[in-house]
Amino acid sequence: MSKFISTKKKGQPAISTASLPDIVFMLLFFFMVTTHMRDKDQIVQVSLPSATEITKMENKAMVDFIFVGAPLDKRYGSTPRIQLNESFASIEDIQLFKDKAKENRDEAEWPLISTSLKVDRDVNMGLVTDIKQELRRIGALKVVYSTNQGVK
Amino acid sequence: MARKAKQGPGEINAGSMADIAFLLLIFFLVTTTMDTDAGILRQLPPPIPKDAPKPPKVKDRDVYVVLVNRNDQLLVEGELMEISELREGTKVFLTNPMGAEDLPQKKLMTRGEVTEKIASFKAYLASEPNNSSYKNGLKKWEKKLNTINLLGEYMELPGSAVISLRNDTETSYDMYIQVQNELTRAINELRDDLSMEKFGKKYSELERSIADEKAMIIAIRQVFPQRISEAEPNVTQTP
Repeated sequence: MSKFISTKKKGQPAISTASLPDIVFMLLFFFMVTTHMRDKDQIVQVSLPSATEITKMENKAMVDFIFVGAPLDKRYGSTPRIQLNESFASIEDIQLFKDKAKENRDEAEWPLISTSLKVDRDVNMGLVTDIKQELRRIGALKVVYSTNQGVK
Repeated sequence: MARKAKQGPGEINAGSMADIAFLLLIFFLVTTTMDTDAGILRQLPPPIPKDAPKPPKVKDRDVYVVLVNRNDQLLVEGELMEISELREGTKVFLTNPMGAEDLPQKKLMTRGEVTEKIASFKAYLASEPNNSSYKNGLKKWEKKLNTINLLGEYMELPGSAVISLRNDTETSYDMYIQVQNELTRAINELRDDLSMEKFGKKYSELERSIADEKAMIIAIRQVFPQRISEAEPNVTQTP
């Protein structure tokens, strides 16, 4: 009898959790490799338009971002505003913004710098054209109209 | 005594390792983003100096006029058009398959003519080795010869053929991107077809880093150049 009782008490052995850290580390490394740091907080609402003929930006370090959209904080109204470096800006500030971005980089890399326009789909072209004209004036001619991947 | 020595220092408990790893994992999940930045690449034209001479007049048939108004409606070559028709329209403009009078007149580039031109430019350069316009001319025609070597004799668009895009200040950005996208798509599809026919590989799959394929890219661009010019915007007149 005692033989039977002892086996019943044991039941199933506990699942070993020794490999759990390995599994989690694997996940961790996967995320470290496939993602990149969230760099800028947005203070304007940007829902990008979609397009199919898009190029992926390979070298993210060479891209400056200009956000355009209505402020997320409704106290600032609903007219679209320009965001540079986490603060509201005007057209005239773009020159300083680009100059500073240039200073932070090696002179040999200057021709590679591009400007990514992250513009909300409902913004009027008037504002976008003003930005483009300013970029032309200061000689920042490489522009990416940032979009989502659309379906053909 | 002997037993104690055998035991040595106790093993470090690895039970919390999983917790530490989870903590790190969650940290990275929160602070990083997965989205890669992608978009339509464009090179803006350099600013025009105030005293620049007026550009030469271009024949009407060589310009594909695309207008977008404040209500996001398209007027292409004087006719109202849906965005879905724009791609086919652009393709017809760039290829002119029926040889229509009111579309750009494509010219057949023959090997004989190109080599003749190169020879004459070389002769000019021999007499005036520092003349930059001769140098540019020679470069241009050598590029055409390379294209003929890769693609055979081809129909070339006139140099003045251009897609002219003009939008209103109140056109929505979404519409503008859609128009840009359709125009680019038309050109990319023509390039893909040509590349598929000649090299058995899509244009978009050619790698710039491989020398042979870079030459192919340049040749295909010679046949179907991406020339989209954007006019200064209309200022809406408020009555």
